[in-house]
Amino acid sequence: MELLVASAIGVMTAGGIYLVLRLRTFPVILGISLLTYAVNVFLFSSGRLTIGAPPVLSDDVTTYTDPLPQALVLTAIVISFGMTAVAVMIGLGAFLGSDDDHIDDQPEPRETEGQP
Amino acid sequence: MTHWIVAPIILPALLAPLIVLAARYHIGIQRVFSVAGVVALIGLAAGLAWQVSDGSVIYYRLGDWAAPFGIVVVGDRLSTLMILLTSVLALFVLLYAIGSGWDDRGRHFHALFQFQLMGILGAFLTGDLFNLFVFFEVLLIASYGLMIHAGGDARLRAGIQYVLFNLIGSTLFLFALGAIYAETGTLNMADLAERVQLIAPEETVGIRVAAVLLLLVFAIKAALVPLHFWLPSSYAEAPAPVAAFFAIMTKVGAYAIIRVYTMIFPPDLEVTSGLHDVWLLPAALVSLAIGMVGVLAARKLDRLVAFSVIGSMGMVIIAISLFSPAGIAAALYYIVHSTFAGAVLFLVSDLVRTGRGNVDLTTQAPMIGAVLTAGMFFAGAIAMAGLPPLSGFLGKLLVLEAAFESDLMVWIWVIVLSSSLISILGFARAGSIVFWKAHGVGPSEEPVADIESPATLSYVAVGGLFTLLTLHTVFAGQVHGYTTSIATQLFAPDAYISTVLDTPGKLSKPQDGH
Repeated sequence: MELLVASAIGVMTAGGIYLVLRLRTFPVILGISLLTYAVNVFLFSSGRLTIGAPPVLSDDVTTYTDPLPQALVLTAIVISFGMTAVAVMIGLGAFLGSDDDHIDDQPEPRETEGQP
Repeated sequence: MTHWIVAPIILPALLAPLIVLAARYHIGIQRVFSVAGVVALIGLAAGLAWQVSDGSVIYYRLGDWAAPFGIVVVGDRLSTLMILLTSVLALFVLLYAIGSGWDDRGRHFHALFQFQLMGILGAFLTGDLFNLFVFFEVLLIASYGLMIHAGGDARLRAGIQYVLFNLIGSTLFLFALGAIYAETGTLNMADLAERVQLIAPEETVGIRVAAVLLLLVFAIKAALVPLHFWLPSSYAEAPAPVAAFFAIMTKVGAYAIIRVYTMIFPPDLEVTSGLHDVWLLPAALVSLAIGMVGVLAARKLDRLVAFSVIGSMGMVIIAISLFSPAGIAAALYYIVHSTFAGAVLFLVSDLVRTGRGNVDLTTQAPMIGAVLTAGMFFAGAIAMAGLPPLSGFLGKLLVLEAAFESDLMVWIWVIVLSSSLISILGFARAGSIVFWKAHGVGPSEEPVADIESPATLSYVAVGGLFTLLTLHTVFAGQVHGYTTSIATQLFAPDAYISTVLDTPGKLSKPQDGH
């Protein structure tokens, strides 16, 4: 279980970082989505992996799973979802406006007349 | 427990939706609400700062849940100073935005501005790392909207760069929080300060990783080299009042570094030893050098100002990374100074844009309102480059004085002094090209369409910021005395910790039936 979760986080993070480094809007947004999946699973497991245990207190249960990471993950999911939507909209606007989906600054054309 | 401490977060949070819902099509009403809200915020912030100036710590428990379980909002000298600085800056930026008409060039400027204020003030006041993340996101998502306010292709392209860089930063922040929670089981800052001390030296791998990740996140916010690449384009392309207000955003990163690395990971803690002097200080020195070289190399006035912001953040982080009371006091003095100076320069570069249609560093015919604008640029450049008589010079002296204790003192002195020279050259070059040489060029034959005389209110706003810079210089002794008392409080966090943790509140008790 630990191995499965850890390797899933690792693979998603690696894929996310690779895509982010492509420096074109679409792969970068996909990469960031992968990274947020990875971080959500990571946050979820930060309260230790407990299988089949409830997060709320009750009398007939002795083992619990930590409820706080679940609350944190919920917040993180909502925020990252909204942020990705904003990024898609701005990216789309930038692409349609300048017909170019590079993230990095393109080199400015040097003026040949020379600076005063 | 005082309720006032949560008001600086609640007020803009309520005002922003009100502006969207009730005054969407009425720019006049929006302006009135927005200015009134910011003036009220200044009053609140001043009251809170006065209340904690005796060294006490005020706090507010949301829902009255006791500290490590519930959410707390905490105000001490440092956070109230920062909220006062933010709200004063906000007022003048808002006046400029109204005077220059920037707020009317797109929709929802005032609502986004209030949300941004809420995020920044919340980040300064929260006593909980996860809420720091949440408020970072609030201020970021508002800043995305403000950054692309009024649209335009270049602005959108810079905007997507800014958004994606910050999204990666947020992801890193979550990784750091997860690691911290896995190691300590808490995210409350005061509780963390106690628990991190208890971790055995041989089990510190996780918390070390978390501390470094957290520092990376704050370094992205503070635009520290090599994580500064988002700043020049986005600040240069953002609308001028927004860029001027963003001058406080880099300081949020600096504040977070000060708060977390004095309280949770103090310099004498074995876990993070070496983080400050081995990594943070050299990065800050390189930031200062790169920022000021960028000032010399810039081909547009707004990029020049953006690079000077990177340089001044380098100076702030140099002072912080000394992690001595003298260093933190100098850093706080410099933070106040560089916030106002950066804002002034961004606004002045917009005055240039208004007066002649562009901000290229090329010789063109004299602009409209050249005399006043040139004078303001001159004074702003003196402040930013750190020449006497303005507060930049005093701030720099304080940093240099605090650096005496450092092992890298020679490096600090050499880089601070030589980068000052470079920045003076850069500003002198820009000023002479834009203002001075313009007199050698006759008025252009073809009339330029979109130039006009800057509004009086714009000048009033910039002049107001100058007045603050002057006051910051004249009362330097008192201000530095106060920042020294802030630093003393920061290095004795026991009062903060015991106030937050030991006051009884409502605790959750297991109830029957569910």
